[in-house]
Amino acid sequence: MRAKYVMSEVFLGLWRNISMTVAMIITMTVSLSMLGFGLLLYNQVDVIEEYYQTSLEVVIYLDRDVTEEVTAQIESDLKSNDLVAQVEYESKEDAWKRFQETFEKSPDLVASVDAEVLPAAFRIKMKNIDQAEELIAQFADREGVYQATNQKEILQQVFDILGGGQRLTLIVALVQGVAALMLVANTIQVAAYSRRREVAIMKLVGAPNWFVQAPFVMEAVFAGVIGALFAFGIVAAAKVFVMEGQFKNLFSLMPPVEWNSVLLLLPILVGISAAISAITAWITLRFNIKV
Amino acid sequence: MPRYATHVLEPPERRATQAARLRLVIELEGVTKHYPRSNRPSVEDVNVFIDKGEFVFFIGPTGAGKSTIIKLLLREEIPDKGKISVGDMDVTRLRRWKVPAYRRSIGCVFQDFRLLPNRTAAENVAFALEVIGKPRSVARRVVPEVLELVGLGGKEHRYPNELSGGEQQRVAVARAFVNRPLLLLADEPTGNLDPDTSIEIMRLLDRISRTGTTIVMVTHDSNIVNQMRRRVIEIENGQIVRDQARGVYG
Repeated sequence: MRAKYVMSEVFLGLWRNISMTVAMIITMTVSLSMLGFGLLLYNQVDVIEEYYQTSLEVVIYLDRDVTEEVTAQIESDLKSNDLVAQVEYESKEDAWKRFQETFEKSPDLVASVDAEVLPAAFRIKMKNIDQAEELIAQFADREGVYQATNQKEILQQVFDILGGGQRLTLIVALVQGVAALMLVANTIQVAAYSRRREVAIMKLVGAPNWFVQAPFVMEAVFAGVIGALFAFGIVAAAKVFVMEGQFKNLFSLMPPVEWNSVLLLLPILVGISAAISAITAWITLRFNIKV
Repeated sequence: MPRYATHVLEPPERRATQAARLRLVIELEGVTKHYPRSNRPSVEDVNVFIDKGEFVFFIGPTGAGKSTIIKLLLREEIPDKGKISVGDMDVTRLRRWKVPAYRRSIGCVFQDFRLLPNRTAAENVAFALEVIGKPRSVARRVVPEVLELVGLGGKEHRYPNELSGGEQQRVAVARAFVNRPLLLLADEPTGNLDPDTSIEIMRLLDRISRTGTTIVMVTHDSNIVNQMRRRVIEIENGQIVRDQARGVYG
């Protein structure tokens, strides 16, 4: 009986104030979808790090006029080095072949580069890529070494971009979140005002506080949950239509965003949204409905 | 010596005995309430003792502090000084979360009826039971009984706008009485009614009073006070100036 009463009051309240309800749901949706993207990016940085951990290499380019003895010496030193897992020699010819394969769709570029320009190199798999700097320090100044590079540094730029994107989404989520909570507070105030008669009578006859507050809190929670569901829909749609649709090629550069991590967002977003809406509503009521 | 002391009819020694203390429903001892930042009427060192089953009128000019006393009794306000007890509860020290339970022992009737317009007479009365968690079976049994008692048998399914002012006030009385409260507070219950209807409402309150319910009624209506001849407490500028058994409006 009481549950039925509370539910009918919730829907009546939301309907009576429909424009505010819609505004509340829209801002919540924007805020929560940004939060969702932010969390996905956060997760994605981890995934990418793990993914590349095994395939990242240190590349030591040799001088163009390096002698065979020096090359052999560097190779044996590398192989006996404790930090190194595996060493692969790439001759000038190998480098030229790889260059041709990489840019086979740009014959002009291939034609403009002289096969002699590309240096021979050692491609080194590290036992632990985090120790790359140590190895580079050991070999960078040796005779015959032109340059030693760490692929992780290049990847670091990707991480920086992802990190920036993550910060941006979280800032938007926060700003929109504040707006959403203010709308919740306002909606609750309007609802409390339009139902002041019922509230006054309920308090007069001694209805427990939770019962007086329940319809208002439920209103906020309901809007919060709807907003979270929409936000989840937006993130899922972004995966299907953007990451795997229009910008498939761009996103194929990094490991795919798994459905598992997208689905995990549903309970997280719904939970966060419901809890924060309820708390906001409850705090608002403490100022608006005095015992 | 305070002025009201000359009119106190109950000698202090009577209240001092344990037996008399058990019969007390309302105790106001040295109750003071000021509203420093508003012109709402304040009360100053009010001492009132009301027994179970008593019918008491609070009278006095507008702004004297009668409604403030009602608010204090309802625990809508907390006194600055003094002690308020209703039944066996110390209202001044009541915890916030215990207030709803306390209010269930009090019924309230107001000048403006305060009915829910979108509910019928029976539903308005049932609402009071509903919101305190009484099962529907109780409402089905009790609501027709109490509507019959207030003389609204057969009009259970009318909406407030289909009832006369007197009938609406009967619904309000039924709602206040349905939980069989210890105390019924009536704040100018006849303020919006014509004299004949007022007398009917007073007869109803009188009947309720005879069931042992204590009734405290704030009024401006001298006719009613003079006809009823019950205890009258007159307030002026927040102070009791007269407390008289079987009094008149004066």
